[in-house]
Amino acid sequence: MVTFGTKIDAPKTRGPDDSRGYRIFRVVNTVVLLGVVVVTLYPFLNIVARSLSEEAYIIAGKVSVVPRGFDLTAYKLVMSDSLFWTNYRNTVVYTVVATLISIVLTTCYAYVLSKPQLKGRGVLVGVALFTMFFSGGLIPNYVLVTSLGMKNTIWAVVVPNAISVFNLLVMKAFFESLPTELEEAAAVDGLNTYGILLRIVLPLSKAIIATMVLFYAVSFWNSWFTAFLYMDQQDLLPVTVYLRNLIAGATDAQQSGAADADVVQAAATLQAVTIVLTTVPILAVYPFVQRYFVRGVMLGAVKG
Amino acid sequence: MTSTLRPPPPAPPRSPQEARSPAPRPPRRGRSWRQALRRDWQLYSLAILPLLFFLVFRYLPMLGNIIAFRRFKPGGSIFGEYWVGLRYFRMFLTDPTFWEVFTNTLVLGALTLLFCFPLPIVLALLLNEVRARRFKRFVQSVSYLPHFLSIVIVAAMVMQLTSIEGTANQLVSLFGGDPVAFLQKPEWFRTIYVSSEVWQTVGWGTILYLAALTTIDEDLYEAARIDGAGRLRQTWHITLPGIRPTMMTLLILNIGSFLAVGFEKILLLYNPLTYPTADVVSTYLFRMGFQSSNFSYAAAIGLFEAVIGLILVLSANVISRRTVGTSLW
Repeated sequence: MVTFGTKIDAPKTRGPDDSRGYRIFRVVNTVVLLGVVVVTLYPFLNIVARSLSEEAYIIAGKVSVVPRGFDLTAYKLVMSDSLFWTNYRNTVVYTVVATLISIVLTTCYAYVLSKPQLKGRGVLVGVALFTMFFSGGLIPNYVLVTSLGMKNTIWAVVVPNAISVFNLLVMKAFFESLPTELEEAAAVDGLNTYGILLRIVLPLSKAIIATMVLFYAVSFWNSWFTAFLYMDQQDLLPVTVYLRNLIAGATDAQQSGAADADVVQAAATLQAVTIVLTTVPILAVYPFVQRYFVRGVMLGAVKG
Repeated sequence: MTSTLRPPPPAPPRSPQEARSPAPRPPRRGRSWRQALRRDWQLYSLAILPLLFFLVFRYLPMLGNIIAFRRFKPGGSIFGEYWVGLRYFRMFLTDPTFWEVFTNTLVLGALTLLFCFPLPIVLALLLNEVRARRFKRFVQSVSYLPHFLSIVIVAAMVMQLTSIEGTANQLVSLFGGDPVAFLQKPEWFRTIYVSSEVWQTVGWGTILYLAALTTIDEDLYEAARIDGAGRLRQTWHITLPGIRPTMMTLLILNIGSFLAVGFEKILLLYNPLTYPTADVVSTYLFRMGFQSSNFSYAAAIGLFEAVIGLILVLSANVISRRTVGTSLW
């Protein structure tokens, strides 16, 4: 593209890009984009400020992005709640187990689907694709999981959403892009399919597997509804449902005529603290993993 | 997705020769299943577990929808007890509440489409005009961030921002208004829902457009400049047509998920006071199933919703193929 000089050129040599209108546009554009940044970040700053503020300032509506009357009581309260930590540990366990299962199943199926000469491949692809556009729905799924006896077990959370078709297609596209010569040579050397997959293909696929791990891990880390639906024992819940119960409790209190304003307000600070504590791990890894996500999304869009 | 999106290939592309003529293989017709199984049984064996997953957790529930036509007893057979025909369908089609939530679904779906579909395009175009790479990167990184948050966290943030002492009301009182309990007011629900949706999805939605934008041929811009086209006209005549396949694909996908408006988010944000605008088909179904324990009735609604969703995506695809030549498959 045309490069821009900051110097003022003689009017005659100005191309259309250098027109006054476009320069004004660029200033406005920068301001608009800065606005996007501010609007995106504001809720985060607000929550952090609220979590650190003293109750009275929040109630008075004086807290926006700067903590007022620095106070860590709410943090101490949440962090001394053993249920919070139990639920947090559950989130970690569910995420790790579910991601493992998902990666194994997705990798196996994507590898099979990436073999163009395989008989029946079209059917196997179709089986997966159709589920993108039509699903059994909430009630039959619930009935199924319940009748399999998976309620109140880890399996209800980690198995029913094991394969994401989008991720499957991303992996399939990646495997298809690998050069076939290596696998052919390995086959000539007497390696069987399992050997080829484990020793040749997977070592070449570290980047894509890392991307898939992130995709799955984030979605399981963030999920709450399956656990909410299938678990009714408090100590089995992930931390997302812990937070959900906290905000649902606050809403109920508000609706019942705010019987006790203090309870509602305390809940608001506790909410802020819980939000901060559940978001921190994501924010901590985000800068390092963001580009893998972007790459994965683009890879999924190329073919499919 | 479609093969018409062409961001730069992230993986080393095969040489053109290879792509044109794959390794010689035996003619398809001549191979029976028996031969295929003998030759590729190890490959097929890798597909067993995933296939089992799809059959049990995706296709079995589809069959499970049969309870929409049968009387279902909790704890009984997952396929119900006896046939009742279309009774449950007749029930909800004559249920005024159903039509109320159906309208809410259409309105929320339409508003979401209206804002969440075009705004990423606008943001991508704006980002595309930024020359300072670091600034562009920074804006991108920040704008992707909300995508990674759990819906519960987003809902909790919404609650904090709209609470009586929250930011929204601080602004209201700044302009001399009285505080509003936003989440208790049906007339505010749509605004809150759509804004939070925009907040969470717009940045992430730019990725595919930004990728498509980099594939547009520079010569086209050069030619347009020589013809005297200004920036705006270049955008209109070159940039937008260049990302049209991406736009169409995403539009089809958006239309297909039109009815599936953020069930989880609404479930977290709504309450009986806001039902008049907030209650949608999926949340109504949820309450019918799990609060009223009327599984067959809820399954009938769910089946109806899924079939409409399928019809929507199929027709959007056909229309798109006929008019602009882009298709999902």
